Amino acid sequence: MLSPAILVPAVLNGLMTGAVYALISLGLTLIYGVLHIINFAHGALLTAAMFTAFFAYKVLGLDPYLAAVPLTVLFFALGYALQRFVIGPAGHGDDRNILLVTLGLAIVIENALLVAFRGDTRTINLPYAFDVIAVGTAFLAVPRVIAFAVVILVALALWLFMRRTDTGKAIRAVAKEKLGAELSGIDVGHIYAVTFGLGTACVAVAACLLMPTYYVNPTTGNAFVLIAFTIVVLGGMGSVAGALVAGLFVGVVESLSGLYLGESLGQIGIFVMFILVLLFRPSGLFGERV
Amino acid sequence: MAEPLLRVDGVSKRFGGLLAVDNVSLGVQAGRITALIGPNGAGKTTLFAMISGFLTPSSGRIYHRGEDITGVPPYRLARRGIARTFQIVRPFAGLTVHENIAIGAHLSRRSREAALDAAAQVAHLVGLAELLDKPAASLTVAGRKRLELARALATEPKLLLLDEVLAGLNPTELAAMVPTIRAIAERGITIVMIEHVMQAVMSLAQHVYVLAEGHILTDGSPQAVVGDARVIEAYLGRGAAARLAAAGVAHV
Amino acid sequence: MRALASIAVVVALLAAVPLVTASNVVLNFLVVALLTALVGQGWNLLGGYGGQYSFGHAAFFGTGAYATAILQVRYGVNAWLGFAVGIAAGAAVGAIIGALSFRSGLKGSYFALVTLAFAEVLRIIASVAPITGAGVGTLIKLDLRPEALQFQSRVPFYWIILGLVAVSLVIVRMIEDSRFGAYLVALRENEDSAKALGVNTTLIKLGAMTVSAAIAAAGGCFYAQYFLFIDAGIAYGPWISIEALLAPIVGGAGTVFGPLLGALVVKTLGEATKLVAGDAPGLDLVIYGCVLILIVAFAPSGIAGLLLKARQRFAALKSLRPEQPHG
Repeated sequence: MLSPAILVPAVLNGLMTGAVYALISLGLTLIYGVLHIINFAHGALLTAAMFTAFFAYKVLGLDPYLAAVPLTVLFFALGYALQRFVIGPAGHGDDRNILLVTLGLAIVIENALLVAFRGDTRTINLPYAFDVIAVGTAFLAVPRVIAFAVVILVALALWLFMRRTDTGKAIRAVAKEKLGAELSGIDVGHIYAVTFGLGTACVAVAACLLMPTYYVNPTTGNAFVLIAFTIVVLGGMGSVAGALVAGLFVGVVESLSGLYLGESLGQIGIFVMFILVLLFRPSGLFGERV
Repeated sequence: MAEPLLRVDGVSKRFGGLLAVDNVSLGVQAGRITALIGPNGAGKTTLFAMISGFLTPSSGRIYHRGEDITGVPPYRLARRGIARTFQIVRPFAGLTVHENIAIGAHLSRRSREAALDAAAQVAHLVGLAELLDKPAASLTVAGRKRLELARALATEPKLLLLDEVLAGLNPTELAAMVPTIRAIAERGITIVMIEHVMQAVMSLAQHVYVLAEGHILTDGSPQAVVGDARVIEAYLGRGAAARLAAAGVAHV
Repeated sequence: MRALASIAVVVALLAAVPLVTASNVVLNFLVVALLTALVGQGWNLLGGYGGQYSFGHAAFFGTGAYATAILQVRYGVNAWLGFAVGIAAGAAVGAIIGALSFRSGLKGSYFALVTLAFAEVLRIIASVAPITGAGVGTLIKLDLRPEALQFQSRVPFYWIILGLVAVSLVIVRMIEDSRFGAYLVALRENEDSAKALGVNTTLIKLGAMTVSAAIAAAGGCFYAQYFLFIDAGIAYGPWISIEALLAPIVGGAGTVFGPLLGALVVKTLGEATKLVAGDAPGLDLVIYGCVLILIVAFAPSGIAGLLLKARQRFAALKSLRPEQPHG
């Protein structure tokens, strides 16, 4: 059972799945690190992005990897607008209110998708979805390898953005010390909206990476987002490096336990891990003590 | 010297790499007003937080009436008769002044009426009788400070820890508040106060501890402490005492 | 005890409804609305008064429902006894989740997350465990006798749920007037100050959560008896967690009548939506989500808050009028 021929592909697959998890978690942790809110609407936004990618393919014939570009822009704008015009104003800066608003958004988006598209599951059938690349003794599906590579690129791009651009530096300033940033002339409302937009854009990219190998129905996003929450809490709320490492870790754990334990128990396992981390170390392995 | 009501014994607090409080020992005699002064960042509020159970010391012990209270949670300390106010006052918004004070009065009273009655009396002591039915959120800074005081008093403490209760008050408000604090002490309540307002310290405190960079610099009567060159330097910088002397400024 | 009098008036008015109408449509609507009001009142105690927002009240609702259903179906336990056990089971689950969460110091969004997670775990377990009938669900056998807590007509059901709502109103009113209630509200406003004033905030939160869970579980038990069928999605699904918080937020969190007011408004909206736009699944929840956002944005104190402001403004206007000679 523990032969390398089985383990190595399982681990590699886990890493590739974990990369996409990490990307979803990246968006979540970015939003938390800067706005200090837990975005309950993250899952619904992922589902919406996946549906959009699906229809881009079905209606426009757009390959999901190509669709990633316009989708990222579209969802960045959506995220920006949501924070600037809905969450920010409706929340009145009160934590409890913001909590309810993001929950409300999640309910609206998810159920709007349900009304529009029913509960049926949709999939894309790409001609190259089942092609494989041989790596040593393992055969890795092409879409997953592409996904892994894209996540690395996105993470790198985000890192450069944060370090090198003015907006990126402003975001880091607001995350560290909001009042000081405000006094320095930074438009905090705008930065909040940009960050939310970036977080949503991450989700849009992840959606395009998932569609070739996964299905979508109105509740798909929730399953992923719970894993994302677990990763964010494990890796430390607000820690980007933590989200990446924890994402890969969770991907591998899921792959290995799926190998030995099966689907349902796997789901419960993730929830239980999530609850345990929240109860015993909500600051995660990288964050400061809550 | 009688056993102090409160004894802090070699207490330190470390936050990661930062040593906020460094081996502090002090004793507070019952029935006296003791002041804790020192420049900002000296560790005074951290020390208070440890005494009042909000933080656990990294090392050292704290004794109340000879019993070890290190690490005992705040609500249990309140039942022992130790109350504290907070530097940043935050009344229970949405409740009236009366209801705010009643929360404190409930410590020894189950019934709502009894608590509200006791609260009304405390409000008189502290000068808030006129404002009982006002929403707490509508009070001025001075009003909120009094409310903070009233809430703590309503728990009927024997030891009252005041954290910068005079900060942010204008001279008139100060002049009104100082006698209130003195009246509280005259009822037999031991007071430890963190203060920056030196006139208040001089006129109220019988004993002063000076904290700088996490450790006790010196202690003694207010007059002795304020004239101490090291204390002047802690506030005004190195060499300040000599410069002041050279400029002909007499020590107090 | 003016407030108890107002509870009596409201309950009496509602109790009179079956005496003026025989319409099943009206009765059914009110039963469902009162059920929402009950579960919402449970949420209100912990969330409205205590400020701890649970996103997983389904955990208690579902436990009550399953406990009473399983006891009847698999062990032949009397329905009324099953009801009582269901409430106790829900309270126990509340105490456990509360103990775990509050002793870890979870609050705010973290608390909401963990309650969400617990509800989901229960839902998944219920969807695969044989004792709950797994995917098929649990069906309570039709047995239209009062001893089995089932009735031919809707009217007795109506009075039972009204009775439960009345009890919940009284419980919350009595808590409002007690030290426990004062401490609960204090810790909602500022937990540190409350601690410094002698409040054992962990214990108070735990107490509120346990009572809150018991009330929600009562709702679950009633649901099982009224509809006679539950499955994992019904018992532990997000729909009830959402309704549990929507009713009090809309009606006015932290007030005695908030959940009842909110439930009537929300359910009316749901029915109106169905009339206008048909029975598309999820449409009512879209409306509910929009309502939630709008209420938080424009009327965070809910309808009760709006009524209070209107009354204050009216009183202020009256006092501005020129002095009238008093008799």
